[in-house]
Amino acid sequence: MNASDARPVLLEAKDLSVAYGKVEALHKVSLTIREGEIVTVIGPNGAGKTTLLSCLMGLLPGQGEVSYVGRSLGNDFEVEERVGLGLTLVPEKRELFSDMSVEDNLLLGAFDRYRRGDRDFATTMNEVYGIFPRLRERASQMAGTLSGGERQMLAMGRALMAKPKLLMLDEPSLGLAPLIIREIFRIVSGLREMGVSVLLVEQNARAALQVADFGYVLETGEISLEGPSKELANDPRVIEAYLGLGGKH
Amino acid sequence: MDFQIALLLGQDGLTNGAIYALLALALVLVFAVTRVIFIPQGEFVAYGALTLAMLQAGKLPATLWMIAALGAAIVVIDGAIAIRHGAARRLPRIVLSNLGVPLALLLIVPNINAAGLPLIAQIALTLAVVVPLGPMIYRLAYQPIAEAPVLILLIVSVAVHVVLIGLGLLFFGAEGTRTPAFTDGTLDLGVTMLQYQTLWILAISAVLIVALYAFFGRTLYGKALRATALNRTGARLMGISTTMAGKLSFTLAAMIGTFSGILISPITTLYYDSGFLIGLKGFVGAIIGGLASYPVAAAGALLVGFLESYSSFYASAYKEVIVFTLIIPVLLWRSLTSHHSEEEE
Ligand SMILES: Nc1ncnc2c1ncn2[C@@H]1O[C@H](COP(=O)(O)OP(=O)(O)O)[C@@H](O)[C@H]1O
Ligand SMILES: [Mg+2]
Repeated sequence: MNASDARPVLLEAKDLSVAYGKVEALHKVSLTIREGEIVTVIGPNGAGKTTLLSCLMGLLPGQGEVSYVGRSLGNDFEVEERVGLGLTLVPEKRELFSDMSVEDNLLLGAFDRYRRGDRDFATTMNEVYGIFPRLRERASQMAGTLSGGERQMLAMGRALMAKPKLLMLDEPSLGLAPLIIREIFRIVSGLREMGVSVLLVEQNARAALQVADFGYVLETGEISLEGPSKELANDPRVIEAYLGLGGKH
Repeated sequence: MDFQIALLLGQDGLTNGAIYALLALALVLVFAVTRVIFIPQGEFVAYGALTLAMLQAGKLPATLWMIAALGAAIVVIDGAIAIRHGAARRLPRIVLSNLGVPLALLLIVPNINAAGLPLIAQIALTLAVVVPLGPMIYRLAYQPIAEAPVLILLIVSVAVHVVLIGLGLLFFGAEGTRTPAFTDGTLDLGVTMLQYQTLWILAISAVLIVALYAFFGRTLYGKALRATALNRTGARLMGISTTMAGKLSFTLAAMIGTFSGILISPITTLYYDSGFLIGLKGFVGAIIGGLASYPVAAAGALLVGFLESYSSFYASAYKEVIVFTLIIPVLLWRSLTSHHSEEEE
C-alpha cells in the first residue's frame, strides 16, 4: 500500500470509451486521481490522450462511468457545469483569446466565479502573477503577440484563475524550447503545494514521470501499463519505448 | 443644390445614419457571437414603434401575447428536457425566467391606463414587452442549431423574418403610425432649423454607442461576449456558455432595434414591414465593416445614411438602388483584400 492511497479520490473513470463516429479512439480506460496528486498519462501521438481529456471535460460524449468527488458526471454535464465543479482544462491548442490583452484573458478565467458572485479575484490574479512574473510584464499586451512559452503560461494562468480542484494539462511542453519546458514542469510540480490536483498528458515521458506521483501509459486507446511514476520510469518496457536513447525525447 | 438644402440633407443623412449605425452594431454583435446573420433585426424597429403606438392608443399590444406564447413554448421544451435529464428541480426556475415577465406584464398593462402614462414610462413598457422577443427567438430558432453552418443559420433568419412580418401584419394591421416627438418643436440655428427629435436621436444613439463600448471594454460579461466571438471552445472552457452568450447578444440586438424604432417613429411613418429596409441599410454598413469591425460598420452605416439622403435629392427614384449598389464595390474590395485566414489555433 502506497502512502498516497490514503488520500480521498477526486476523479475516477471506469471503462471509459469514446468514439468518433464508428471509430473508437478510447477503449475501456480506467484511471484514478486523488486529491493533491499529479497523475500523468503518457503515450505516443494519436494514442487518444487529447480524446481522454476532452471527454473528462465534457467536450466529447463517452461511454462508461466518470465520478468526481463522489458524484457521477454523465454526458449531460456540460463543459460549463464542469468548470463550476472545479474541473479545468488547458487544451493542446491553448485556445487563448488572441485579440484580447493578457490581463483580460486572465480575468475571463475567473468568469465562472464572477457569475456565481465571487468578486475576489484580485488575490488570485496576484498569485498567478507570482507564479508567472512574465505575464505581469506583458499584462496589457495582446495574447496573440506572445511567444509560445508565454502562451502556455497564459493558458495555465487563465485556468488557475478559476481556482480549480483538478487542472488538466494537454501536452504543456508541446513545441516549446527545452529551457521553457523545464520552467513549465517546475511550475506544474509546484501546483501540488497549492492544493491543485493535476492530470498531465504528455509525450515528453521523461519530464512527465519526473514530476508525477502516478502514471498511466496509453497506447492506441488503451491503458497498457500503470503504476507509481518511479516504478514506471524504471520499467524496461517504458524505458525502451519512451525513455531510451532512441525514444522520442 | 444650395448650402441650405445641403445642410438639410446632411441633417437627414446624419439622423438616419445614426440609426443605421446602431443596427449595424447589433448585426455585427450577433454575427460575431453566434454566426447568425440576423435578417429580422429590422423587425424590432417596427415592433418597437408599433407597440409604443398601441400603448399610446390605449390598446393592449399584441406583442405581449406573443412573448407569453413564446415563453410558454420555451417552458414546454426546456421543461421536457429537464425532466428527461431527471432535473425536475429546475422547473420553477424555467417557468419563472420564461413566463415571469410576460405574465406580470399581462397583469399590469391592462389595468393601468398606459395611454396616460408619461412617455418615458411608455418607452420602458415597450422595451419590457419587445426586448424579450430577442432571447426567445434565439432559444427557439437558433439555439437548437447553434453549431450549424452559417448558410443554414441564414436560411433560418429568412424564415424568422417572414414569420415576424406576417405576425406584424396580424398584430398591427396595414396602417402606418407615427408617435409624438419626445420634445415638440424645432431649434433655429440661423443657418438651418433642427427638430428637437433629431437632437434626441443623435444624443441617444451616441449614448447607446458609448454604453455598448463601455459594456464590451469594461464589464466581464461584455468581455465574455467578445471571448465567445474570438474562440468558442476557449470561452466554454472558462465556463462561458455559448447559449448564455447567444441569448445575451440577442437581448442587446433586440434592445437596440426596439430603441431605434422608438427614436425614429416621431419622424417617419412606420408600417409593420418598414423594418426590413431600415435593417437592410444597417446591414450594408455592417458589410462594409466585414461583419467584424464595430467602428467600420458604424462609419459605413453613417455613409449609407448620407448617400441615401443626397441621392434622394439628385435621383430620388433610385435612392434605394444607389444605397444597395454600394454593397457591390464593397464586396469586391473585400474579396480582393481578404486573405482567407483559417481559424486561429
Ligand atoms: N475529431 C476527430 N475525428 C475523428 N478522429 C479523431 C478526431 N480527433 C482525433 N481522432 C483520432 O482519434 C485518435 C486519438 O487522437 P488524440 O486523442 O488526438 O490522440 P493524442 O492526443 O494522444 O495524440 C487518433 O487516431 C485520431 O486520428
Ligand atoms: Mg493530443
